Amino acid sequence: GERPVTAQEEDDELPDAIDDREIFDISVFLNLAHLIRSINDPEHPLTLEELNVVEQMRVKVNDAESTVAVEFTPTIPHCSMATLIGLSIKVKLLRSLPERFKLDVHITPGTHASEHAVNKQLADKERVAAALENSHLLEVVNQCLSARS
Amino acid sequence: VKDGSWTVLQLVEALGSCLENTDPRMRGRGIQLLSHVLLQCYSLLQEKEVLHLVLFYENRLQDHHLVIPSVLQGLRALSMCEVLSPGLAVSVLKAIFQEVHVQSLLQLDRHTVYSIITNFMGSREEELKGLGADFTFGFIQMMDGEKDPRNLLVAFQIVRDLIAKNYALGPFVEELFEVTSCYFPIDFTPPPNDPHGIQREDLILSLRAVLASTPQFAEFLLPLLIEKMDSDLQSAKLDSLQTLTTCCAIYGQKELQEFLPSLWSSLRREVFQTASEKVEAECLAALHALSACLSRSVLSSDTEDLLNSFLSSILQDCRHHLCEPDMKLVWPSAKLLQAAAGASLRAYHQVTCTVLPLLLEQYTKHPQSSQRRTILEMLLGFLELQQKWGLVEEDENTLLSLRASVCSVVFSALTDPSVQLQLVGIRALTVLGSLQGFLSPSDLELVVDHLIRLALHEDSQSSEAAMEAAGTLAPFYPKVFSGHMVPRLEEELQSEREEDSSHDHCSLRQRCLQALAAVSTHTSIVKETVPVLLQHLRKVQKGSEAGNTQGMVSVCQSLHRVALQCQQDDDGCWYYHQTVVPCLLAMAVPAAMQESAHPLLGKALIEEEVLAAMVPVISAATTHLSPELAAQSVSHVVPLFLDGEVSFLPQNSFPCSFQPFEDGECFDTQRRLIALLMAFVCSLPCSVSWCRELLALSCSCLCPFTATTAAKCFAGLVNKHPAGQQLDEILQLAVNRIEPSLGEGPRRMQALTLLLWVTKALLLRYHPLSSHLTDKLLGLLSDVELGPAVADGFLLLMAEPPDVLHKGCHADVRIMFRQRFFTTNVPKLVQGFHGAGPDVKANYLKGLSHVLNHLPKPVLVTELPTLLSLLLEALSCTDRVVQLSTLSCLQPLLLEAPQIMSLHVDTLVTKFLSLTSSPTMAVRIAALRCAHALTSLPTAVLLPYKARVIRALAKPLDDKKRLVRKEAVAARGEWFLLGSPGR
Repeated sequence: GERPVTAQEEDDELPDAIDDREIFDISVFLNLAHLIRSINDPEHPLTLEELNVVEQMRVKVNDAESTVAVEFTPTIPHCSMATLIGLSIKVKLLRSLPERFKLDVHITPGTHASEHAVNKQLADKERVAAALENSHLLEVVNQCLSARS
Repeated sequence: VKDGSWTVLQLVEALGSCLENTDPRMRGRGIQLLSHVLLQCYSLLQEKEVLHLVLFYENRLQDHHLVIPSVLQGLRALSMCEVLSPGLAVSVLKAIFQEVHVQSLLQLDRHTVYSIITNFMGSREEELKGLGADFTFGFIQMMDGEKDPRNLLVAFQIVRDLIAKNYALGPFVEELFEVTSCYFPIDFTPPPNDPHGIQREDLILSLRAVLASTPQFAEFLLPLLIEKMDSDLQSAKLDSLQTLTTCCAIYGQKELQEFLPSLWSSLRREVFQTASEKVEAECLAALHALSACLSRSVLSSDTEDLLNSFLSSILQDCRHHLCEPDMKLVWPSAKLLQAAAGASLRAYHQVTCTVLPLLLEQYTKHPQSSQRRTILEMLLGFLELQQKWGLVEEDENTLLSLRASVCSVVFSALTDPSVQLQLVGIRALTVLGSLQGFLSPSDLELVVDHLIRLALHEDSQSSEAAMEAAGTLAPFYPKVFSGHMVPRLEEELQSEREEDSSHDHCSLRQRCLQALAAVSTHTSIVKETVPVLLQHLRKVQKGSEAGNTQGMVSVCQSLHRVALQCQQDDDGCWYYHQTVVPCLLAMAVPAAMQESAHPLLGKALIEEEVLAAMVPVISAATTHLSPELAAQSVSHVVPLFLDGEVSFLPQNSFPCSFQPFEDGECFDTQRRLIALLMAFVCSLPCSVSWCRELLALSCSCLCPFTATTAAKCFAGLVNKHPAGQQLDEILQLAVNRIEPSLGEGPRRMQALTLLLWVTKALLLRYHPLSSHLTDKLLGLLSDVELGPAVADGFLLLMAEPPDVLHKGCHADVRIMFRQRFFTTNVPKLVQGFHGAGPDVKANYLKGLSHVLNHLPKPVLVTELPTLLSLLLEALSCTDRVVQLSTLSCLQPLLLEAPQIMSLHVDTLVTKFLSLTSSPTMAVRIAALRCAHALTSLPTAVLLPYKARVIRALAKPLDDKKRLVRKEAVAARGEWFLLGSPGR
């Protein structure tokens, strides 16, 4: 469900720290309908949360030290979309987090056949940048980030 | 020539030297003049003159190429003559076919030739048909190579007429097909600023009409379509599929036979592989059309049934996919089968007699709920198709023979722990139930049991779905539902379970109440459920629990739902009104009187919250009464309130009298019941002339609830009161009371409330006094004390209130009242804003934004340019209330009128970005929302600002408030997508 707004959050003066839930809410808000279409029920595309790709317990944030770590779980161990899903999450967070944060997106250990290779790709700044130069890849990633389905 | 003072022949003679000049240019000029004259007065010509002119022009066709355009113009004029003698049309066309090489002419002249043909085809059909296939051939040669979209539209129309009007095509069918099909699929993008306004879609449709106009094209067209379905271009695919669908409307077995296997394999490939839902939908539509076409054909005894073999091949290719509910192809296969089966009853039988048993078997084989859900959803799809034909009583009816297993599968889904599976089961149950005669009486009882269990289930999703299903099925089987479901729910409602924690019990009761309301979709059931609900209301009132108020509100909500469901039925509506209204009054009146004596007893019933919940019940029970019945009811209810006449209430012996309109503190609680009176009289289809007491009450009462209700009630009556002296007197009285109280004293707010409601009532019916009252309101905007309330009051004036003064309760509402209010008052608001002191400026702006937000979009868009400068200026105002209300006014405008807003993009971007660092959280949030809304402006306008906005929005990403960060994330993400591929 949606995060309820607390009285503290409505108070103009009190600061709210960036926490796990906030980052989880950001990364879950991806639209993968076109990537994993018609797996089960095309009329009701599942969200990342329902697919258990991103779970709140696998999101770690430290506001004071400015670090964010997100583990994601590909839908099946051989999921060919793992890199794309990871890339989409990474780009989404890059665009949504203050610059001070150091960001780490990787596969939940033991859940994907080529886990190491994918993690390495995602950690490499230059390869991420290069991937986004590719207009086809950028198109797919942007579709994931787009609010309209 | 036009006046008849000259004849055309005289003109020709006068032009003689010119027409015979040896310089082709001079001849051209002469003929051009003559043609122009003819175009203007072709209707005045004599038969004889036409004959001569035609011969002259035919002759001129052999002339120099400079002359030809004018010659053609002349012929076009002549082709419109009604007096053209027989045979001339043919000779003109022959001459054109022979002498003119059409495709070497300019676009305009080619167009002229097409017009000549169109004119002749319109007026000389018989003659042209006499030409036989030569005409067709001549035309084919003529249009071969045409490139201009304008001419193509005309040419396609000619071909369509050729075919539709049965011109002889002779041996030229293939040529005619070639000369048109070479344009398929249309690939045309209109140039920017195209003055002719021809869209790609126009060409596609007109070519499709040609190609799909005759079965004679089938042998050429189908291979072409199959080839183009393979194309990489999605538009070509879609066009081919849509053309195929159109063709199926006129084709028969004969045309399709040869191509069925390849058509099927193309369609299958597309559905299995495509990522585009559009392509998939078109494929399914085409398959549906094919199947329908084959089903339509009449079978002779010795031919093979093509439908049969076609469906068999589909079944063969799809059935094994149905057995793998985890795999990707299961849904595409199911959809293909459903599309084919949905085309005809015969197709449906053939498909389902294989598929249904298969699905039922698969359901038992797969124990996991997610797999079962997929299988059941497919099954549901087939059952829904059956609904289209109803249940046909035939020996071969597959569904009937499978009744037992279908029921057991659906029931097992209903008892599954997975909510998702339950939901599908409930949908399947609804479909089965609506097939009359499918469920046996014992099955039905089981169905009802399941629905009761699920309706009271803790999961809100399945509970809601079960209630909805019960509501849908109840009208089919009213006896079963009123005999089984209602008593069970009643029992549940009355049972006092000690062991349950009070919260659980409460929500169980709540669901019982909702279920009772949901199932009341048939009059006979309403007659069972309403007494149960009222009984329960009495019980709650007597109880002394803490949750009393909430309990009563939920009963009222259920009663309201029942009222809405039985409004359309006269009998049910009158029953409901007669039962519920007196009962509610009989409970409320003694409660109000008792309270004056013993303040503790039955107090909950007259709390504002409960009374407010009763208002919609009484209102809904009243709005659909016929005028006679309403009058009957008025004669009971009105004396009750005016004279304390309680005799019509059940149990009417009360210790003291009911006098809600008397002065004095001890009547305070009685006065609250004015809310019920309001609900009743304001919903009546007729007007009640009696207002003075209400007026007094609304001005004098200190309790805001009572005063507001009385004001609303008064407004509701004034709105319906017929115009005339009586109304004027009442209104004068009202104004006299309002004005002094508004000036000063403790009752200013009450006076303002009354003023607002009366203004609203008059505004709606275009009463002349309304403008005077509105001016008064505008003046009050500068009042330091009342100003903010007046500004909010503009919302009341523009919006539709839920309980009174709307169309549903028969109020007199003119449709354009908002526009009218806008045109007369917005200039005054703007003027007031400019003249106002800094502390009240915000009031004007707030009022303005209420008016703008309620205005229909088209009106707003035309008026926006004049207002925008004011709004932009207001953004620079330092007052945060002004900032906030301006931002909230601008945000919807950005979404609705992007074209106009984009003229000010520079100012908007700058202001919004600077407001994102406002010290007030609410302003920051509103500014970020506006920055987000900016992205709906045309991308080209925004791109120059993209980098700057993205940079500026990085700062609020680190805002100290989470709610601000949330908006920043959304806005920034959207700006990133601007102008990127895949957006």
